Amino acid sequence: MDQGSAAGTGGTFISLSDTEQRCYSGLYALCQPDSSGKLAAGKVAELFRASQLPAETLHQVTEVCGAKRLGYFGCGQFYVALKLMAAAQVGLPVRLESVAGELPLPVFVGIMNELEMRYPNHPSTNESQPHILGSLTGSAPRPPADRPVLRHPDTSMDKQEAWSPPRSPGISPPRSPSAYRSYPYGAQRNGTDTLLAHDGNVPGRLSVPQENSSPSHYSLKLQSEHPVITCVASVERLVERAEIDYSDEPWRITEEQREYYTNQFRSLQPDLNALIMGTVAKNFFTKSKLPIPELSHIWELSDVDKDGALTFPEFCTAFHLIVARKNGYPLPETLPATLRPGFVEPGVVTVPPSEATEPLIVFDDKMMPGANQLEMGSVDLQMTSRPGVTAKQDTRDESRKPEFSPKRIPDPHEKPIQRVSTLKPDSPQELDANMKSRTRPRSYSSTSIDDAMKKVEEPPTPPPRPQKTHSRASSLDLNKLFQQSGQGSRPSQHSLSAKSGWLPPPPALPPRPPATQIFSFLPGSEKSSQKAVQQPNFADFSKFREEQESSVRGGLSTEDLAPPKSDSTLRHQGHAPQKPVRRKLHPESESATPPSATPYSAATLTKSTQRPPPKQKREIQMAIRKNRETNAVLTRLNSELQQQLKVVHRERVTLESQLELLRPVAST
Amino acid sequence: MAVCIAVIAKENCPLYIRSVPTQGELKFHYTVHTSLDVVEEKISGVGKALADQRELYLGLLYPTEDYKVYGYVTNSKVKFVIVVDSSNTSLRDNEIRSMFRKLHNSFTDVMCNPFYNPGDPIQSKAFDSIVSTMMVQAC
Repeated sequence: MDQGSAAGTGGTFISLSDTEQRCYSGLYALCQPDSSGKLAAGKVAELFRASQLPAETLHQVTEVCGAKRLGYFGCGQFYVALKLMAAAQVGLPVRLESVAGELPLPVFVGIMNELEMRYPNHPSTNESQPHILGSLTGSAPRPPADRPVLRHPDTSMDKQEAWSPPRSPGISPPRSPSAYRSYPYGAQRNGTDTLLAHDGNVPGRLSVPQENSSPSHYSLKLQSEHPVITCVASVERLVERAEIDYSDEPWRITEEQREYYTNQFRSLQPDLNALIMGTVAKNFFTKSKLPIPELSHIWELSDVDKDGALTFPEFCTAFHLIVARKNGYPLPETLPATLRPGFVEPGVVTVPPSEATEPLIVFDDKMMPGANQLEMGSVDLQMTSRPGVTAKQDTRDESRKPEFSPKRIPDPHEKPIQRVSTLKPDSPQELDANMKSRTRPRSYSSTSIDDAMKKVEEPPTPPPRPQKTHSRASSLDLNKLFQQSGQGSRPSQHSLSAKSGWLPPPPALPPRPPATQIFSFLPGSEKSSQKAVQQPNFADFSKFREEQESSVRGGLSTEDLAPPKSDSTLRHQGHAPQKPVRRKLHPESESATPPSATPYSAATLTKSTQRPPPKQKREIQMAIRKNRETNAVLTRLNSELQQQLKVVHRERVTLESQLELLRPVAST
Repeated sequence: MAVCIAVIAKENCPLYIRSVPTQGELKFHYTVHTSLDVVEEKISGVGKALADQRELYLGLLYPTEDYKVYGYVTNSKVKFVIVVDSSNTSLRDNEIRSMFRKLHNSFTDVMCNPFYNPGDPIQSKAFDSIVSTMMVQAC
C-alpha cells in the first residue's frame, strides 16, 4: 500500500499526515482492493454511507476525487475521497482546496461488516506475537462483543495494524509503553470487553458468554458519550484526551470495570467478603491465555497479603492487571498505587476485617504438607518479631506494599485464632468443603470445632419434641409434658406445634368425664344397686357392659369437650385443624348410636352391680374407666400424630430435594 | 552480603541458584552441592527430636579459606544455602538469620502463588528482588 504517493496517483497531490495515512490505509484494506488496486464498489459505498454524510455530499466527493471520472476507486481516489469526507464532516465544502490542510480523520459509523472484515486481518498481523494473542482463534465471542464497539475499532484498529510491527518484538518493555499509549484510552473507556476490539484476545479469555453482554453495554454507553474523540489525529492527543476524560493512568479501575469485576467475582464466589481460593483463581485466570510466568507475576503483585487466596480487591487488581496485560501493557514491577486493594475504600472495599481472617487452610493448600509445619517453625523461630507484627496485621489494609517479612509471620498465627470466629460469616459451604478436604493438623482442629458446633446446635432441638409428644404416662404426666412441649415447640415448626398444641386439651378432659360419669354414675348407681339385688346374675355382665358404655360415653363426652378445645387451639395453630375435625365426626358418629343405648343400659345395669363392694368397685371401675379413656385418647392422638408426621416427612423430602438441587449450584 | 544464594528442594534438586558472577559460578555451585552433605548430616543428627524443636537455622556449615557457608532448612526439607565471603567478617549471626528469614518468607510467598508448581525453578521477580538485596552488590 503506497501511502505517500497514493494521493498523487489520483491526479491531485495531497499530503497526508502519518495518522491519516494509517487510517486511510486501513480503510483502504477494508474496502477489499483487488489486484489492480481498485476498490470494491460495494464496500466503498458502505463506507461512504457510514460516514453519515448526506448523499449529495457523497456524490460530490466521488466527483471531486476523480472516481466518477475513472469509474472506480483506486488508491489515490480513495484517499482523496476520505480526505474530502473528513473535510465535509468538519464542515468545509467539498473542494480539493479544502483538503490541502490538516483535517481530522473521517468518522465512519456503524459498519459491522467493516469490523468483521478487519478481523481476518488480525490473525495475520498478530501471529507474530503468540504470547499475547493465543486466543485469537476463539473468535466466536468476538462478534457479539464487537458489535457495539462501533467507532473504536475504526481508528484503533488502523493504529493497531500500523502498530503491529512494533509489537512483534512483543514483550520488550521499553518499546511497548510508547506503542500502546493509545490503548489507555480504549482500556479505560470501554471496560474489559471492548478491549476485545483492540486485540481480539480477551474474548477467547472471557469464555463465559454472559460477560459479553454486560461490558458491551458499558462500551455502548461510553461510546455514545464520546463520539468525537475517536478520531483524534495524533496518538499524543489521544493520550491527553484519555487523561483528560478519565484523569487517570491505565492502572486505575473505572466504575464499569469494577462492576464487571464484581460480577466475575460473584460468579466464582457469591460472597463478596469471602476469598477466592488459589486454585479457583488459577483456573479462572488461566482462561485468559496469558503465559504462566506472567500470571504468576500478576498473582504476586495482586495477592498483597500473601495468603494464597484473593479477596475482592485483590481479585479486582489481578483482573485489571490481566486485562491490561492483554492489551499490551507491560506488567509493572510493583503494584501501582491505584491498584492497591486499600485504595478505593469508600465505595467498594467494606470488609477489612475479613481480609484479616483468611483461612489458614487456603494457605496450606498451596504449600507442601510440611510447609504447614514450616509456618509453625517459623513462628516459633521468630518469637520476637511477632508482637511487633501483630499490630501490623491490623494495619494491613493500609500497608499494602509487598513487604513480605513483617506480614508473613503473624498470618499463620492470627489466622487460626480469627478463623474460628469468622469462619461462619465467610462463605461456609465452599470453605468448609475445602477445609474438610484439605485440612492440616492445626487448622483441622478449628474446623472440626466449627463443624461440631454447627452440628451440635441442630440436633438438640428436634429430639426432645417427639419424645415429649410420644411419651406414655398417666394423664397428669401427660399434662405436664404436653404443656412443656407446647411451650417449647411453639417457636418451632407449625405442624409440630400444632401437634403439641393440640395435645393439652385431651388430657385435661379425662379428669372431667369421670366427674360427669360420676354424676351419671351416681344416679345410675342407685338404679344399678336396685337391679343388682334383683338380678345378681347379671352383675359381671352388666359391669363389663357398663364399663364399656361408660368408657364410650366418656369417650363421647371427651370428644364433645375435645372438639371445642381442639378448635380453639387449632385455630391458633391453624395447621392441622382438619384432621381433628374429621376425628371429631367419627367418634361422634360412632358414639351416636351407643349413647342412646347407654343411658338405658347404664341405668339398668349399674343398679345390679352396685351393692356388694360399692366403694372399692367404684374406685376400680373409675380407674379402669380412666385408663380406657386415656387409652382411647392416646390411640386417637397417636393416629393423628402419625398422619401429621407423614405430612412433615413429605415436606421434609421435598425440601431436601430442593436443597440437593440448589447445593451443586452453590458449591461450584 | 552473600556471594551466592541457593534454594534446594527436598529431593536435593536446585530450585534457585544465584551467585555473584564475578568469581565463577561453577565454583559456587560445587560448594553448594557439597554443603548439602553437611546439611543432611545436621538434619539427621537431630532426628530424635521432634520437628518443632529442630532448629531451622543450621548455622555455619563449614568454613573455607575464601568463604563461609551457612545453611537453613525448612520443615519441608527445602534447604537454603548462603555462601558468604570470608573477608566480610562484619556479618554477625543475627544478620545471617535475618537473611534466612527473609528468604524463607519470600519463598513461602512464591509457594502461595497457585501458578507455581512445587519443584519448578523459582522464577518469581519478587523473590529475585529479595535475593538481590541480599547479594553483594556487584555489577
